[in-house]
Amino acid sequence: MNKVVQSADEAVADISSGSTIMLGGFGLCGIPENLIAALVRRRITGLHTISNNMGVDGFGMGLMLEAGMIASHVGSYVGENRRLETLVLKGELDLTLIPQGTLAERIRAGGAGIPAFYVPTGLGTVVAEGKETRKIGDRTYVLEQALHADVALIKAWKGDRLGNLVYRKTARNFNPAMATAAELTIAEVEELVEPGELDPDHIVTPGIYVNRILVGASYRKPIESRFIQSGGAA
Amino acid sequence: MTGKERIARRIAREFKDGYYVNLGIGLPTMIAGFIPAGIDVMFQSENGMLGVGGPPTEEQADPDLINAGKQPVTEIPGCSFFASEESFAMIRGGHMDMSILGAMQVDEKGNLANWTIPGKMVKGMGGAMDLVAGARRVIVAMEHQTKDGGSRILKECTLPLTGQSVVHDIVTELCWIHVTPEGLVLTEVAEGLDAAEVQARTEAKLIVSPELRVMTVAAAV
Repeated sequence: MNKVVQSADEAVADISSGSTIMLGGFGLCGIPENLIAALVRRRITGLHTISNNMGVDGFGMGLMLEAGMIASHVGSYVGENRRLETLVLKGELDLTLIPQGTLAERIRAGGAGIPAFYVPTGLGTVVAEGKETRKIGDRTYVLEQALHADVALIKAWKGDRLGNLVYRKTARNFNPAMATAAELTIAEVEELVEPGELDPDHIVTPGIYVNRILVGASYRKPIESRFIQSGGAA
Repeated sequence: MTGKERIARRIAREFKDGYYVNLGIGLPTMIAGFIPAGIDVMFQSENGMLGVGGPPTEEQADPDLINAGKQPVTEIPGCSFFASEESFAMIRGGHMDMSILGAMQVDEKGNLANWTIPGKMVKGMGGAMDLVAGARRVIVAMEHQTKDGGSRILKECTLPLTGQSVVHDIVTELCWIHVTPEGLVLTEVAEGLDAAEVQARTEAKLIVSPELRVMTVAAAV
């Protein structure tokens, strides 16, 4: 078994326009930068993206947006992307904002064979509009549906040719859940190791979820916000 | 001392040893700097970390180690990392002792609005709706009035809600307000102010607590 592909371009060569694509990352942390760059080189269009954020102007998913590749987006926070805000206010991009925890759980459910589930989140807000609600015990909950995608593009720290993955610090975020919720999961890693080198007790994403794995050619990893609030250590 | 610092210092006095707390972006983040001596608090960041430490130096900053405001942070001994679905399971599941958030509006029923201005601002709710639905105690930390002197504590929120009847306490540079089924109870006012002066700067009706006291802020750590 060998899931290794040699380049990001090879990895995304068969992704077609109109696909639904999940992209891992929180802000610019733990995003599949090489796979995004390869997608942008392909210039496919009409994509439906699912990702917590939308990059920033000039990096990450912001590059896909600037290339006019995205038709609709599902996420929880897009405040760092001015271009997106402008497109949405002009009605040129279909944006669905949902609570971050609900987003994560809908993706998890998608990969776990759970079609829908109840949460207290968003009750009495626009998020619950048009959704079934149900009183269980003394609290009312909102029914949320699972999310699936054609493709998940994820970023891990280290992986092996079987697709086993480990992550580093807060760069884990949405990547493990997304790995489980798509027909085709492509993982880019900083380092490819031999099977057996990753401690089986530490593997976060077992290889069963990963179809293709590649080593990213390079990583920029910009830090989005250098601004540090006053106040010392916790 | 600025108004924001006064708010941060006052809220820090509410922490008890062993608390797990999520601090929102902006003003609430400042609270971490004012924890009283002898109190151990574990800060959670919803992007997947428990045990968030203070800011790193420029050289220490690690792009794989950020908080929910996308700012670089450090690890404290005993910290842990986890994925987003796990992070929100602990939030939604009622494991956070306290969630402290900023607000654009709060009202007499404890409704909170802090995520969008229709037709004007497209940002998103991030984790705020999950936090207010799941934390054991939700504290709003904000400046009492808008920059042009308008009230943020209203009879009824006019902006789209983040959560319905979710706020337990409101802390501003002027006062502490406790949200009850009967309405907003003014429990503390800043030194040099009285209840009438706070009410004059507040649209919502305030019920003055019989035990009204002066809001003390912690001494510098």
